Amino acid sequence: MSINTEATPYCEDVIKKFAIAAVFWGVIGFLAGDFIAWQLALPVLNLDLEWTSFGRLRPVHTSAVIFAFGGNVLFATSLYIVQRTSRASLFGGNGLGGFIFYGFQSFIVLAALSYVLGFSQGQEYAEPEWALDLYLTVIWVAYLIAFAGTIMKRKEPHIYVANWFFFAMILTIAMLHLGNNIAIPVSLTKSYNVFGGVQNAMTQWWYGHNAVGFFLTAGFLGIMYYFVPKRAERPVYSYRLSIVHFWALIFLYIWAGPHHLHYTALPDWAQTLGMTFSVMLWMPSWGGMINGLMTLSGAWDKLRTDPVMRFLVSSVAFYGMSTFEGPMMSIKAVNSLSHYTDWGIGHVHSGALGWVAFVSFGALYHLIPKLWGRKELYSLKLVGVHFWVATIGIVLYITAMWISGIMQGLMWRAYDNLGFLQYSFIETVEAMRPYYVIRALGGLLFVIGSLVMVYNVYKTIKGDVADEALSPAASGAR
Amino acid sequence: MATVEKDSVSGQNTTGHEWDGIKELNTPLPKWWVYVFWATVVWAIGYWFMYPAWPLLNGYTQGSLGYSSRGELAMELDAQKKARSTWLSKIEASDTGAIEKDKDLLRYAMAGGKIAFNENCAPCHGAGGVGVAGAYPTLADDEWLWGGTLADIEQTIKYGVRNANKDTRVSEMPKFGVDGVLKADQIAAVADYVVSMANKAPAKGSAGETVFAENCAVCHGEDGSGQAALGAPALNNQIWLFVKGNKESVAAQVNNPKHGSMPAWAERLDASTIKMLAVYVHNLGGGK
Ligand code: HEC
Ligand code: HEC
Ligand code: HEM
Ligand code: HEM
Repeated sequence: MSINTEATPYCEDVIKKFAIAAVFWGVIGFLAGDFIAWQLALPVLNLDLEWTSFGRLRPVHTSAVIFAFGGNVLFATSLYIVQRTSRASLFGGNGLGGFIFYGFQSFIVLAALSYVLGFSQGQEYAEPEWALDLYLTVIWVAYLIAFAGTIMKRKEPHIYVANWFFFAMILTIAMLHLGNNIAIPVSLTKSYNVFGGVQNAMTQWWYGHNAVGFFLTAGFLGIMYYFVPKRAERPVYSYRLSIVHFWALIFLYIWAGPHHLHYTALPDWAQTLGMTFSVMLWMPSWGGMINGLMTLSGAWDKLRTDPVMRFLVSSVAFYGMSTFEGPMMSIKAVNSLSHYTDWGIGHVHSGALGWVAFVSFGALYHLIPKLWGRKELYSLKLVGVHFWVATIGIVLYITAMWISGIMQGLMWRAYDNLGFLQYSFIETVEAMRPYYVIRALGGLLFVIGSLVMVYNVYKTIKGDVADEALSPAASGAR
Repeated sequence: MATVEKDSVSGQNTTGHEWDGIKELNTPLPKWWVYVFWATVVWAIGYWFMYPAWPLLNGYTQGSLGYSSRGELAMELDAQKKARSTWLSKIEASDTGAIEKDKDLLRYAMAGGKIAFNENCAPCHGAGGVGVAGAYPTLADDEWLWGGTLADIEQTIKYGVRNANKDTRVSEMPKFGVDGVLKADQIAAVADYVVSMANKAPAKGSAGETVFAENCAVCHGEDGSGQAALGAPALNNQIWLFVKGNKESVAAQVNNPKHGSMPAWAERLDASTIKMLAVYVHNLGGGK
């Protein structure tokens, strides 16, 4: 156990492991994403093998980025933050932490293997079969114990806002995971969900939407609430706003799932509730954005001097953008155009790349020098390179998907003057192809950026300092 | 522990708490944020009164507009049907021959046939019916397996070929090699003969000619000109589906023939659409 110099001995060995795992899985997940992006542009890349077909690699991508990358980022940051803001060492120490670490990494590997070999429950973001689900449950309960135990041991009178968000995430994900995976096993590798038909769809999207809401939103807001004020060296903008938007977010998110099932067999009343609660979710979401951005008042110059801050602030801006787009897409009239098209994929990735990945990069860049006791990163200049390369990648990705999605939606509903459909499905696919290429190029830039990060992280851990960081101008920056 | 202090940048007080060096300001909620939030709440409640919204013990609140998404769909389909009905009723009332003779009906059927073809048939037959060598026949030439008259084409589309429909077109070329009907040298000979026939120079008096006359002519015709009733293609030209026109591939087909299968569209498309499809295919280039 490494013991830091302050009064409380924090467990940081396991945090280091999670941080490295996050970087590792991030690259794997982005590579998988870009590979399937190229597959959509060039179908020969399916290689005519069942194991490498789009259908099997797609869940490898989604699980790798959401659970392997996002999950390890959440473990690293939440377990770091909860110790610091509670002034207590990790409950269960590096032992329990190590159990969570190795358990979770082995779960990821097993899950990915199972998809490639063709085992799947067929529920998006919940593909692993029942045995793996149970395994994950054990790991998650261990995480809950470690996190809650640390909070109970705290020496601070109050619980910091970041920890509310993490705690809400842990509890809700536990509930969602158990609720959506109630299945009757018929063999080690096959089970049937107890819900059928539209009830299954509703449970699935209650899960799916709240996986977005609690895993990719609440958890990452927890990250934002620590690293933005820390990096900006400014107090959080508004304590009151943090309370109000926290409770509003928690309460409203749970209802919004049906917006994934507009104009389906789902009863109309459920669609209405999903849509209206999604629209009411707009301001509670923006509460987080306001608190993130306004915390910078008095420190805006850091955007110029500190590329790590640039990652954090842009992520909050992307968060604001996708939580405006989301409620808009929930409105049935809009959804009737956007649903089933690439517009949805664009929305996903403005949240996933712009918000989730960027806030993670910012947090990791801040965390890694701290964990390894370095004064600063190997090179802030390379962080700047990563930032611009990745930003251009995102812009290419999202704009390509907006154009392709809206075009696809409009082509589907276009009639000629005799009352016949104007385009066949295959014509819409042909029209989208150039945008698939652009998206894949954007994804490639995003991957390249992440490799720059790998290099920077490696050099930082090694203890190197780039020449440019030694010059007085740069050291004045931070 | 920190105490409440005033932040010099914003002029706001802190809450007095501190965690790992992070403090919080006690800034009030931004007014516009509160207003917009309540506006969305009011809008949502208004929406609940107008549309189906809350589940009840048996049923749900219906809303004042009487809306249902099934109703909306039915209305849109109805409107679409009405818009098309003038023309469609004429198509319904006419047979394919009559449609082709009426300039306006033909134009309409070609438009309707084109989109129906691109949606349903192009995945196999290719856009414009260009076909896929070795798998799906070209529909844009004047060479037909099952006949190229309007009636033949309509029949093929309706019931398909070698599928589970009871009226499907069937016929099967025997597995001459696999089933031991012909010996290897006979197969080689007949393959040579077929190639010569396709080159418009049938090798008269060759061993292959005899094999062909005894085994193949029943279906493919004495001169290899094919027989539409059996879906047996002409072999006396260079238009091929499965074979590549050389001896080896012809021998392979004789040894263990490939067969195509096509769905019966009467099970999925209405009669008018099938008529328009037949007219469209008939006008693709070939058509007897
Ligand atoms: C699943 C693939 C498939 C689809 C879809 C399909 N076909 Fe076919 N079609 C075939 C095959 C294979 C044949 C050749 C059958 C044979 O070998 O006798 C064929 C044959 C035909 C023929 C006869 C050609 C000839 O030379 O006599 C016509 C006409 C035809 N198709 C029209 C259509 C139309 C119109 C549609 C759309 C409504 C359609 N097909 C959809 C596979 C398909
Ligand atoms: C019972 C009828 C029948 C007999 C007998 C028969 N064929 Fe066929 N043959 C067919 C049919 C039907 C097809 C088309 C298969 C399809 O399109 O699915 C065909 C296809 C072929 C083809 C492929 C044509 C192409 O365009 O690729 C060749 C070559 C051929 N036959 C040669 C022969 C020869 C040589 C013999 C005699 C040894 C023979 N056939 C006997 C029915 C027959
Ligand atoms: C290099 C970066 C990335 C590329 C090139 C990429 C590419 C893709 C592609 C091609 C798809 C399939 C789209 C389709 O089916 O039409 C996809 C789906 C998805 N990706 Fe990514 N991705 C990247 C990064 C990420 C990240 C970082 C996340 C999450 C944190 C993410 C989350 C998702 C999700 C949730 C889906 C499923 C969307 C849906 O079903 O609607 N992706 N991605
Ligand atoms: C107020 C906030 C949000 C609302 C109301 C919202 C709403 C929506 C809507 C309406 C869809 C399309 C459903 C469909 O037509 O199929 C969607 C899809 C999606 N959104 Fe959001 N969104 C919000 C924020 C976010 C954020 C911040 C992220 C990512 C971090 C995100 C990730 C996703 C994903 C992954 C999907 C695709 C699900 C799938 O089909 O597989 N959303 N969202």
